[in-house]
Amino acid sequence: MRTQEITVNLGPQHPSTHGVFRLVIHLDGEVATGGTSVLGYLHRGLEKLAESRTYPQFIPYTDRLDYLASMSNNLAYVQTVEKLMGIEVPERAEYLRVIFAELQRIASHMVGVGTFVMDLGAVTAVFYPFIHREKILDLFSMTCGGRLTYNYMRIGGLSHDIPEEFLPKLQEFLDYMRTALEEYHQLVTGNEIFLARTKGVGVITKEMAMSYGLSGPNVRASGVCYDVRKAHPYGIYDRFNFNVPVFESGDTFDRYMVRMIEMEESVKIIRQAIKDLPEGPVLGKVPKLIKPPAGEVYHSIENPKGELGFYIVSDGSPKPYRLHIRRPSFVNLGVLEEIIKGWKVADVIAILASLDIVLGEVDG
Amino acid sequence: MSVLDNLFVKIAALVRTTLTGLGLGDIWVNLAMVILYLAGILGVMITAALVLVLVERKIAGFIQLRPGPNRVGPWGSLQTVADTIKLLTKEDIIPACADRKVFMLAPVLVLVPTILAFAVIPFGKGMIATDVNIGIFYLIAVSSLATIPFLMAGWSSNNKYSLLGGMRAVAQMVSYEVPMVFSLLGVVMIVGSLQMSAIVEAQSKVWFVLLQPVAFLIYVIAATAECNRAPFDIPEGESELVAGVFTEYTGMKWALFFLAEYANLVLVSAIATTMFLGGWHGPVLPGWFWFFIKTSIMIFFFMWMRWTFPRVRVDHLMHFGWKFLVPLSLANIFITGIGVYLYKTIGW
Repeated sequence: MRTQEITVNLGPQHPSTHGVFRLVIHLDGEVATGGTSVLGYLHRGLEKLAESRTYPQFIPYTDRLDYLASMSNNLAYVQTVEKLMGIEVPERAEYLRVIFAELQRIASHMVGVGTFVMDLGAVTAVFYPFIHREKILDLFSMTCGGRLTYNYMRIGGLSHDIPEEFLPKLQEFLDYMRTALEEYHQLVTGNEIFLARTKGVGVITKEMAMSYGLSGPNVRASGVCYDVRKAHPYGIYDRFNFNVPVFESGDTFDRYMVRMIEMEESVKIIRQAIKDLPEGPVLGKVPKLIKPPAGEVYHSIENPKGELGFYIVSDGSPKPYRLHIRRPSFVNLGVLEEIIKGWKVADVIAILASLDIVLGEVDG
Repeated sequence: MSVLDNLFVKIAALVRTTLTGLGLGDIWVNLAMVILYLAGILGVMITAALVLVLVERKIAGFIQLRPGPNRVGPWGSLQTVADTIKLLTKEDIIPACADRKVFMLAPVLVLVPTILAFAVIPFGKGMIATDVNIGIFYLIAVSSLATIPFLMAGWSSNNKYSLLGGMRAVAQMVSYEVPMVFSLLGVVMIVGSLQMSAIVEAQSKVWFVLLQPVAFLIYVIAATAECNRAPFDIPEGESELVAGVFTEYTGMKWALFFLAEYANLVLVSAIATTMFLGGWHGPVLPGWFWFFIKTSIMIFFFMWMRWTFPRVRVDHLMHFGWKFLVPLSLANIFITGIGVYLYKTIGW
């Protein structure tokens, strides 16, 4: 009997493409023989927009990159400008930045693992992480009024200090996190169907991970110990004691586990940061008009999704001459076409979800 | 107590004597009774579906730490009514390249096997529409017809997702029918009869779930796959296939599939109750009420499974069915056979 491959257009309207991602996939029965990813449905030209905005004006635009990790995006951008201008940031602001960046990491990973397990068909498993994330969003909105796009960081510090009730609430949340993660492990991690669906599926080898330039949890699941916080410490990350989880096999299960353990490590970092949190101002001495000297700078930080880098060329005017963003989701997505070959449709969805992309960042 | 116990049987008898009293011929009385039974079954089925949609959403809400529907009516009780009105007033879309006849026929046919199967379910003492002497055989025969409408729907929609869903539905339902039938066979061997009323009668002392625990487990798993519910909902496979076979269906056509799903859920729970949980047997309360309670517990169990497990992958599903459930159910039949033989010859 003659059989024929069918071509299925997954997305841009599809429940599991995490936004407006489109994957043209070739199927032999249930098995994917290849696929092409089509990007750009959410492209807003952020890099070009930056050229006609002043340096502080671009901070809210970074919120719209990876909209599940706006705090971290803010941080990466303001630190780049600070590096370019050589601005000193007050101690208190540095500590608060760490607290917010790590909270954001937990929030982002919560969505990451939640939607991953949901794409495996366990709808309930998405609600628990979202409830935990909600508590982080409460902490954020208490501080800066935003729940998704915060615009909280400033060049030279933060827009304002934390409110009085923030620290007790944060402490409460950290205690709650321990039981929350344990509960989630019980609900999902040990499940036989979950293990069968994830173990050995969509393997990214160490070589592949490095040659595709993956970063973040995806590269650490493949046995590469690369975390910008440890490799090139930025801010005050060299003061904290934490582990970087590394797994060896590079399958979807390992990518899930790296995220789960990273959340525990983030809790550890936040506890240390609260303990040492000094008093003082949260905004350093910054000139009224931000006019960096002519020159160029690249700075990258460990975002929840991977290494987020900003490259800025300044011509000495109040607006950047050129701004480029190294967007981790975009880079991580590159490996997808290679690793889906030979897997079932259901696995393709699981592999895509395990890479944890956000389309705002992919399309820029 | 016996009045309550035989309430529905008495009503049926009363209607029959009234009709005979009116001077109608035997044929007409029997025909009227058949229509009455059918109306009763349809009534039970549709009410159950309406209630279960709400119950399922409430249970899902409970499991997922959220309130569930609570806007329409007290406790959200009119939510299903609102949904039904919405579905009735929706535009009925038939895709341009669909096979129109097959496309329209599929949602109607999907209900037929379920309704037919209800004919032999004993809802209480004497409450069985037709107590044929091959009851369980008839049940298996008609319920296996349910595969065809899914394939029709998947094929006629002319949509790739639907086609994949339809293919999956056939593969799954055909494979899981085998262990399901084998698991029921254990019970039939003990009873020595295919008649539903005899099977229930045989459980007056001890429920078959105690004598056939393995068969019960196999039945529950296979039945979940038979009615395409999570973790075996791969024909629908929301996160992969958008909505699988239902992708192109809108309005009432879609609602019919939905109705069939819940009717099927009631059916497999009712069969589990009849075959393994002692049917309508139970102390104090009327028999049909016991039947209702047991079926409800089974339904809750199926819902609990749905909202807890991830979806099984299509090849895992096949492996599990053919390489584990079928050999296990065969072994169960073998052991049951030895047991029955020993019981009959030695007498223990």
